[in-house]
Amino acid sequence: MSIKGKAYVMGAFEHPTREAPDKSTPQLHVECARGALEDAGLSKDDIDGYFCAGDAPGFGAMSMADYMGLRKLRHMDSTETGGSSYILHVGHAAEAIAAGKCSVALVTLAGKPRTGSGGPRGGGNAAAPEAAFEMPYGGTTHNQYAMCATRHMHEYGTTSEQLAWIKVAASHHAQWNPHAFLKDVVTVEDVLNSPMIATPLHRMDCCVITDGGGALIVTSPEVAKQLKRPRVKIIGAAEAPKGTYGGKVDLTYSGAAWSGPKAFGEAGVKPSDIKYASIYDSFTITVLMQIEDLGFCEKGQGGRFVADGNLISGVGKLPFNTDGGGLCNNHPTNRGGITKVIEAVRQLRGEAHPRVQVKNCDLAIAHGTGGSLGTRHGAATLIMERE
Amino acid sequence: MSEAAEKKAPAVRKIYAPVVNEETAKFWKAAEAGKLLYGFCLACNEPHYFPRSFCPFCFSERVEWREASGNATVYSYSTMFRSPTGPYTIAYVELKEGPRVLTNIVDCDLKAVRIGAPAKLVWKPSEGGAPVPFFTLA
Repeated sequence: MSIKGKAYVMGAFEHPTREAPDKSTPQLHVECARGALEDAGLSKDDIDGYFCAGDAPGFGAMSMADYMGLRKLRHMDSTETGGSSYILHVGHAAEAIAAGKCSVALVTLAGKPRTGSGGPRGGGNAAAPEAAFEMPYGGTTHNQYAMCATRHMHEYGTTSEQLAWIKVAASHHAQWNPHAFLKDVVTVEDVLNSPMIATPLHRMDCCVITDGGGALIVTSPEVAKQLKRPRVKIIGAAEAPKGTYGGKVDLTYSGAAWSGPKAFGEAGVKPSDIKYASIYDSFTITVLMQIEDLGFCEKGQGGRFVADGNLISGVGKLPFNTDGGGLCNNHPTNRGGITKVIEAVRQLRGEAHPRVQVKNCDLAIAHGTGGSLGTRHGAATLIMERE
Repeated sequence: MSEAAEKKAPAVRKIYAPVVNEETAKFWKAAEAGKLLYGFCLACNEPHYFPRSFCPFCFSERVEWREASGNATVYSYSTMFRSPTGPYTIAYVELKEGPRVLTNIVDCDLKAVRIGAPAKLVWKPSEGGAPVPFFTLA
């Protein structure tokens, strides 16, 4: 069974806050849920499916569902794949809707790593089987992703200048987003001159740390047709884990190499058909590897592909992250998956900022890598079409 | 490497004590004796790391844990500068026996670390636990 055309993203909301010292994490979740419901034109008691991940405080989906007063639930899913969870949740919601298990699914993400407790830490805990063999080595998201960049540079000749172009493109988009955490346009030189964090990644190769969150409403075709919003149809979705494989570590590719072709296959479209791409940008290297693995260019050619403004809307061939992405706009709760879906929905509705709106944007992808590119992560790909 | 980072004191980064469980106790016991163990599957002849009670490739339980030579080459690395205890270098090294192992490169000029560089095993004490395998440039 395919999910193609069986479900629609009908509500999308990105919390405008980037610093929320006076709000609780559950409160941010419910504000996001309210925003997405209002966007869709639905109300709380229409929700019969609820999806959340590790950022949701409490006991799986139960605490948040109980707190929000979701009394009509007949489907729950708290699959945790780090920052990509929410892209994956949309695919799972489409599956549940296609199987008749729910008809209005809510996905929420929220948290406050900037002003609060630091938010959820992906990658397990001391009881994880790998913990004893990894924790002593001071692994962080920064230096684990950075090792992928080091190896990619070694194998393919990728340069820091090429990686910097990814941040430059994001900054060109962020200047038009009034909510963006960083609104200044930066140059390749700015990126290269920013402090080294973990070789070869500079500070500007890294995403922002922001409070906030987002929510999505995924519905059945029947519900979608009753709503007044433009219909964003889900036509392909896939997920894949990647790990260290008993020591057969290969840092040059991501799980997108598996989830991408499956999602494109289900959708029946090719990378060259895509008009707009939301590509998870925890770090510049994340974008580069995912672009290659999704098939937008040949493996190893990502550096050349992203250079010279090729990701800038109106300038390049693959407009990406037109909200400014995680690199400039928002990386709520250290998890950028939901904002990837939200900006793709804006583009497909024609509701992106006019300066970054892609013309005739009828086909978009949202893809994410959650966890660590350098150890284990969950890849999720979602392909959506304007109806 | 930035000048500011070079001026910092040598790293005295806390090394977490490895969490030992029933399956891995003998690995850490061998570590006390200065032996680095890896898993080897007698059914499919594949080595693996970190060692476990079964083969992650063919799922056989006919696995024995063997002592690694301690010789390796650097597969990839990153030197972390955002560290209150000074820069340190995380790396994957490829053991002579095959598996790629997450570690740190220590006790050498971190600017000299390169992919493909030969490295050898050294042990470092952890905070109240078994010693932990690290590597230095050979």
